[in-house]
Amino acid sequence: MTPLLVAQIVLTLFVFFMLLNSAAVMVYVERKVAALLQQRLGPYLVGPKGLLQPLADVIKLMFKEELRPKAADAFLFALAPIIAATCAFAAFAVVPFGADTTLFGWLPSAMHLQVAEVNVAVLVVFAIASMSVYGIVLAGWSSNSKYSLLGGLRASAQMISYELSYGLALASVLLIGNSLSLRELVNGQAGTWLGVIPRWYLFLQPVGFVIYLTAGIAETNRAPFDFPEAEQELVAGYHTEYSSMSFAMFFLAEYINMVTVSAVATDLFLGGWHGPFLPESLGWIWFLLKVSAILFFYVWMRWTLPRYRYDQLMAFGWKVLLPLAVVNLLVTAAGVLYFAT
Amino acid sequence: MPTLGNYLLLSAILFAIGTAGVFVRRNLITILLSIEIMLNAVNLTFVAFGRALGSADGQIIVFFVMTVAAAEAAVGLAIIIALFRHKESLNPDSFTSLRW
Amino acid sequence: MTLFYIFAAVAILASLLVIGQRNPIYSVLLLIASFGALSGLYVLLDAPFVAVIQIVVYAGAIMVLFLFVVMLLNAPHEDTEYDERVHPLLRPGPMRFGAALAVGLLVELVWALTRGTDTGDFPDASVSSVAAIGQSLFTDYAFAFEVTSILILVAMVGAVVLARREGPR
Repeated sequence: MTPLLVAQIVLTLFVFFMLLNSAAVMVYVERKVAALLQQRLGPYLVGPKGLLQPLADVIKLMFKEELRPKAADAFLFALAPIIAATCAFAAFAVVPFGADTTLFGWLPSAMHLQVAEVNVAVLVVFAIASMSVYGIVLAGWSSNSKYSLLGGLRASAQMISYELSYGLALASVLLIGNSLSLRELVNGQAGTWLGVIPRWYLFLQPVGFVIYLTAGIAETNRAPFDFPEAEQELVAGYHTEYSSMSFAMFFLAEYINMVTVSAVATDLFLGGWHGPFLPESLGWIWFLLKVSAILFFYVWMRWTLPRYRYDQLMAFGWKVLLPLAVVNLLVTAAGVLYFAT
Repeated sequence: MPTLGNYLLLSAILFAIGTAGVFVRRNLITILLSIEIMLNAVNLTFVAFGRALGSADGQIIVFFVMTVAAAEAAVGLAIIIALFRHKESLNPDSFTSLRW
Repeated sequence: MTLFYIFAAVAILASLLVIGQRNPIYSVLLLIASFGALSGLYVLLDAPFVAVIQIVVYAGAIMVLFLFVVMLLNAPHEDTEYDERVHPLLRPGPMRFGAALAVGLLVELVWALTRGTDTGDFPDASVSSVAAIGQSLFTDYAFAFEVTSILILVAMVGAVVLARREGPR
């Protein structure tokens, strides 16, 4: 049990714990920001300024009765939330969130602030995102109810349609960054131009960033692309028949997918943990700030924009976003060729 | 350490399982799935040999095999949908007449 | 070595269950498990790119297509004139013959694959880089690459035409 191994195990548990906490924090942030955007107060009774509200929500969910419809396929009904939650956590395993650290000299050599360092990290994130479709489609199917089936099929069709634009936006960044490893892509964004403007890929790929974020919002089934789980149209879509902890797992999976999309966007477009005024070893503070900014943007979008109807959503994904992503890739390739010579 | 022989044996077993599925099962979807098992066994052989010969060609051929498998699965499933609409059955034995 | 045995056992067991299940949805899910095991084997063979592409293309796209079709057709069991209670692999007649043919194929394959080539240890090689694959793909195999794109276009058009309902004319 070398110190490095111990540190890595502790880091893995720490990341898992922080992801769970981030879901709880997002619950509170969502409700407070929604309230402020709608000029009302939001949760303020439970704890000071309503800060203990997520705790109350979790306790309520844990004590609810776990139901299963009689005609539902028992094995798949139990498996679907597990797949959704597992894929959500697994995708964050390859995302780096800080510079190499020796934990103030305790470790003999520097450790990556990343659960697993893979040299094809971008593809792994993409692969696990495409696996999370199964959680939703199996939830819809196994509930054996018409709202769930419709919601499940629509949600998975939406997710696989927007995966294409997601992948093409990633590919555009890969052309500039010249590596598939997220850590190397972030390190390529260190430093500044003219001493003031940071070398973020956001400035080289503005369209790519917009495409990536839009596709990311659609992948995580958030507004304005959340028709499959719309309360007004579909009861609750694919998680209609779920209650208690299974519902909590879908909820958790959605929030953690949001965090993962924001974290990957930060690493790819916003320079990861590089920032002024702080030493490299405290870079994770910048990372946290940037991820929080994107998460705030997510919540802001949900409570500002109306929902897309399903056919509008699919038309947007195939007829607008995908051609835009292809054109972006071509222009990026031309630019890389031109500026490299 | 696993040798090339181990990988080839595994690939042969998977291929035989796929073939058994195609011969024995009377459900069009399962037959298509067995064909996918066979294609995967072949992919494994290619990658194993590519590693043994030290070239990246094995992986490139796998890339093409995957693409062809995707195209074939799409068209095969479209045919199954068309057949099912006509006869409401997924049993290949029920499509016995030469007329539609 | 143990990793190889674990992945191989999962792949074989999942494939056996795929051809043995009555419900096609379970078959599809078990095949996804088999693909996951194969992906692990590709990582052991120093091919991380193929491993991830296997998950993205096979497990993440083709199997979703299968799952959609099975759900939309909603025909969970095969209807045959055989007794429903007897498992398909235990029925008499052509079924047993098919299984026997498959065993014969297995024996023949093992015989053919283990003679002629040196099936010893792998030579030491580094993890093949994605850059090397890309280099080779776009120079030596560029024609095949372009033809594949036309193949996918043809398959897309074919699938749409074949599965289309005849509209009111």
